[in-house]
Amino acid sequence: MGWIAGQPAETVSPAARPARAAGTLVVRRRFRRLGWPLLFVSPFFVLFAVFSLYPIGFSFWLSLREWSLTGPARWVGLANYRALFHDALFWQSMLNAGLLFLIYVPAMTFLALVLAALLNSRYVRLQGFWRTLIFLPYIMSGTVAAAFTFQLMLDRNAGYANKFLSLLGVSPVPWLDNTWWARISLGMLVLWAWLGYNMLIMLAGLQAIPPELGEAARVDGAGPLRIFWHITVPLLRPVIVFAVTLSIIGTFSLFTEPLLLTNGGPANATTTPVLQIWQNTFSFLRVGYSAAMSWIYFAVIVVIALTQYFLVSRRDRYLEARS
Amino acid sequence: MNVAARLHSDHLVKLAVYLVLAAVSAFMVFPFVWMLVSSLKPFTEIFAGTHFLPQHWTLHNFSSFFHQADAVRAIWNSFYIATSTTALSLFLCALGGYGFAKFRFVGRNFLFGFVIATLAVPFAVIVVPLFVMMRNTFHWVDTPWPLIVPWAANAFGIFFMRQYMLSIPDEILDAARVDGASEPRIFLRIVLPVCKPALVSLGIIVFIASWNNFLWPLVVLPSPHNWTLPLVLRSLQGPPGRTPYDVLMAGSVVSTLPLVIGFLVFQRRLVSGIMAGGVKG
Repeated sequence: MGWIAGQPAETVSPAARPARAAGTLVVRRRFRRLGWPLLFVSPFFVLFAVFSLYPIGFSFWLSLREWSLTGPARWVGLANYRALFHDALFWQSMLNAGLLFLIYVPAMTFLALVLAALLNSRYVRLQGFWRTLIFLPYIMSGTVAAAFTFQLMLDRNAGYANKFLSLLGVSPVPWLDNTWWARISLGMLVLWAWLGYNMLIMLAGLQAIPPELGEAARVDGAGPLRIFWHITVPLLRPVIVFAVTLSIIGTFSLFTEPLLLTNGGPANATTTPVLQIWQNTFSFLRVGYSAAMSWIYFAVIVVIALTQYFLVSRRDRYLEARS
Repeated sequence: MNVAARLHSDHLVKLAVYLVLAAVSAFMVFPFVWMLVSSLKPFTEIFAGTHFLPQHWTLHNFSSFFHQADAVRAIWNSFYIATSTTALSLFLCALGGYGFAKFRFVGRNFLFGFVIATLAVPFAVIVVPLFVMMRNTFHWVDTPWPLIVPWAANAFGIFFMRQYMLSIPDEILDAARVDGASEPRIFLRIVLPVCKPALVSLGIIVFIASWNNFLWPLVVLPSPHNWTLPLVLRSLQGPPGRTPYDVLMAGSVVSTLPLVIGFLVFQRRLVSGIMAGGVKG
């Protein structure tokens, strides 16, 4: 047997061993390489196909029909889409989502960035303490309880918001009874819930930036604000873009807050696309129509997200060319 | 600038920084305090609005919450749905994350990119057709299944577990393979125990999301005896001006308190989880 010493184990299989066994060995090795991982990742793809992909297709099928959840569906072609383009309430809801985005997302993103920078500097003590307090509302984000708590807090008479303002000598504000104030109140609720989450994302980004960069700039005589705007923020841009993208999807997906805090009012000032989809399906039983609505809604989100992406990537090239 | 003036301005900046932090933190914590304080006031006192703290402390609101609504049942429904969702989701996401992190196979990067891309599909796009499927095909309306199964293996969880598992050394897994351990055994006996910190983080995130979920339970759980806590709370809302805020605030405290306690216990794991999930590029 000396002539096989030092050879790899696979090549020593004696000729006496049946070829079938070698065959199964290859199959088993291949299964180990490909079969197991595919089996491990397959639950996602099976569930996604059944509970997301199929419904997306089904939704398109529905959007070409008129159906009231019972009885047969009637083919209407593109009539739902045509009607949708003249549906002032739907476009109002899209506009509301856009306005709401402008009301709270720039403020929230800026504040999250500043707070993250503060909690990342050696300047501030008790960082864990502040971080915990600011992040706390995350556990009530999007909840019924939070919406009712804000409703009571912003109540014209019983609420503490106006009481607080009167302590400062400011006259009471119609928080939930005026179209613009209702949008601001809604924005406040969402900002309250998500500020800490955004702050943590930014903090994670900041901690990934090597501190030497700031040190080098400091040695060159740059002040902390200059370092922040000219070194930290540009390096953090991918994280900021990620956070803003999440905020776009989040704002256009709002449902619980506008339903419970303002019930879409006053004068439809806070109705949102998801509220419209829900109402058309379950209150008006116009299933095909709301399916068409969700397709247009999806298309608009995709266009906004892609626009933002391309604007940012163009600026990337610009910066690269400059540097 | 002389040294004294410079020190002085440093102090001012520091003071401003702490003022900002204190103001933001107060805004964050105040609604919790307001909810708790209001839940301990009689209804008339809530609407008198003269005192911040209750003049007559009372637990009456809590007893009416448990009497008026089927609150015990709702707590149980919320609890077992959130727990089973979390358990199933952790298992399947860990499995998927392991597949993507520790194996090389044809199409892996494409498939993983696909998983991440599915994050962009908003729930609102599929809620209507999914409800119709649940009702007409699966007959799952008024059962917990539509809340537990569809997103058990979700993109966020798989991404999250994969990130953590990338740091597991291949040598451990190969050593186990040489010893003849089967792949499922390696996953259960080696990978899962090593990933305990990530599983705890993801578990808290999933549990909170399930416990607080509102739109989907509202659609698939029409019968009151199947309601979860958020649905019970919503049902208490009256017509404008007639909402029983006393009972509502007590119910809000009941549905928030478990999360506050969990938050205080697992705060570090939750924070590190969110920060790990946020770093993408």
